[in-house]
Amino acid sequence: MKKFFAMFKARSMEFVRDKGTFFWNLLFPIVLVFGFAFAFSGNNDTLFKVGVIGQADNSMPFMQMKQIEFVRYDTQDGSITPADVVERLRQHKLDMVLDFTNERYYINKLSPEGPVLRRLFTADADRGTRAASFIQEEVAGQPIRFVDWLVPGVIGMNMMFSCLFGVGFVIVRYRKNGVLKRLKATPVSALNFVTAQAASRLVIVVLTSIFVYAGTNAFLHFMMKGSYINLLLLTTLAVVCMIAIGLVFASRLKSEELASGLLNLVTFPMIILSGVFFSLEGSPKILQQISQVLPLTHFVEGARSIMLEGAGFMQVLPDYLYLGGLTAALLFVSSLMFRWE
Amino acid sequence: MGMASIIEVEHLRKDFGPVRAVDDISFEIREGICFGLLGPNGAGKTTTIEMMEGILSPSGGEIKFRGHPIDQRFKEKVGIQFQSTALPEFITVKETLELFSAFYPDPRSMEEVIELCSLSDLIDRDNRKLSGGQRQRLLLGIAIIPYPELVFLDEPTTGLDPQARRNFWELIERIKAEKTTVVLTTHYMDEAELLCDEVAIMDHGKILERDRPDRLLSKHFQGVLVKIPEPGNPDSLPEGATKKEDGIEIVSGNLERTVRELLEARVDLHGLSIHQPDLEDLFIKLTGSRLRA
Repeated sequence: MKKFFAMFKARSMEFVRDKGTFFWNLLFPIVLVFGFAFAFSGNNDTLFKVGVIGQADNSMPFMQMKQIEFVRYDTQDGSITPADVVERLRQHKLDMVLDFTNERYYINKLSPEGPVLRRLFTADADRGTRAASFIQEEVAGQPIRFVDWLVPGVIGMNMMFSCLFGVGFVIVRYRKNGVLKRLKATPVSALNFVTAQAASRLVIVVLTSIFVYAGTNAFLHFMMKGSYINLLLLTTLAVVCMIAIGLVFASRLKSEELASGLLNLVTFPMIILSGVFFSLEGSPKILQQISQVLPLTHFVEGARSIMLEGAGFMQVLPDYLYLGGLTAALLFVSSLMFRWE
Repeated sequence: MGMASIIEVEHLRKDFGPVRAVDDISFEIREGICFGLLGPNGAGKTTTIEMMEGILSPSGGEIKFRGHPIDQRFKEKVGIQFQSTALPEFITVKETLELFSAFYPDPRSMEEVIELCSLSDLIDRDNRKLSGGQRQRLLLGIAIIPYPELVFLDEPTTGLDPQARRNFWELIERIKAEKTTVVLTTHYMDEAELLCDEVAIMDHGKILERDRPDRLLSKHFQGVLVKIPEPGNPDSLPEGATKKEDGIEIVSGNLERTVRELLEARVDLHGLSIHQPDLEDLFIKLTGSRLRA
């Protein structure tokens, strides 16, 4: 235990004192989150956005208002259902939905635009247009900003880099420059050394992630419908899983160049295919299947469902099981493969 | 003499692919001495010492520490200084010593290590800012932390300036004074002559000679060494003379007779030098090559 803590301390000090890496790990994700929040913050126009389902009656004065942008959804071909359109209203992507097929109109009671649009629409009804026969439906949903959706992705990406390079790359460097050889000549066991490295990284990355989340949340007030404990648990498991990937690379490689190349080979697909910056919805099925193999996908999707949909432990259980299983398998492989030299 | 051996090497062999780096060598080292493993670069010194340290596994043969094959506990009883080691980065000399102290059940006190290796001026310095000589002192400090019964030093002064080398020899003398057995590899013969009680000269994976330095010298050189860089075209050469690229060399037991013979043979004595043969001369005689120092 004494050996473990000595190595844990040395590795953690190395991280904190390596100013470049330290600030890169903290500042990069913060800048990214704020950058995106700023870039997507403008309510680009003063128009109301109204979704239209079915054959619209354009003779209605409401339908001719210049201040309203009408977005028509074709629900006939099955690519989108009326429920999907209403979900967009719930997420504030639309301000109102008019369903001409079923003669209903929907507003989001948590949206400030809702009452205004209702007033305009009922004014139409008072004039005796077809609007009079529409029944009002209400949904309730907080607005999901892009940044709410993005923050799990950015934190997940930062976690991934920090774990893979902080464990994988660093141990390869130790092997190349002889630090591992020096340790091999002491009574320290490989298991003790590796656990200390992994534990130091786990604490560092979890603290960094909390700091980045809390720091940006103080200004941006992310939507959080689920439990923080659930989110922290998922984060911790995802970090352990990423460290396990790093350990597989760290177990044998001697060349930093090769390690760096291979790590990039793993991280790039995860950035693109794990839905960090954009959703894979509507992309080819094969890409979606590949994305389900990647651990980052399970963190990002799990965290989003906790934060944006209020998913509980049982709802993200499949993500927990996948990450846990993958971690166990990777740790087993790396323990078989590990060599000091 | 008569002391028990601390480590025994029996028919040790190491192959790297088709290359046999160490070729069936056997020797034992008596407790409390400084043993020098000498040889040119690529002779197999480092491979041999790393097998003795338990870092490399032999392709054949056996190594025994106090009569038993080396095991896990062996690492608690030996101190090792590798030829080149990076130190953990971003930590200070003191923190490095603390780190390594944590690995041993009964480590030497920090003050003692600092005192023995003259590290007091450096304790708060970042490892990355140490000079070559300072680094070697810290690495020696790490090696002596466990109160080792046996210390391995692999070319500890290679690349150091003459001042730093002398300082380092002084530290090794301090460790020898503690009756610790020292195994040293070097390609500096002056270093070996000064520090070692016994040397083994290696080349091409084999041990060519092993004994006390003075005995080796008296065995191979009966007399003094006469060197003549530009002998001209002499009629004949005295007994014991060998032609070299850079002139002729004569091992002479009777200097007067040798000089007379040289004069009679009309050898140009310009630049003649006479000196007591040292390990370097022996080394060149045995390995047939100039030291690649």
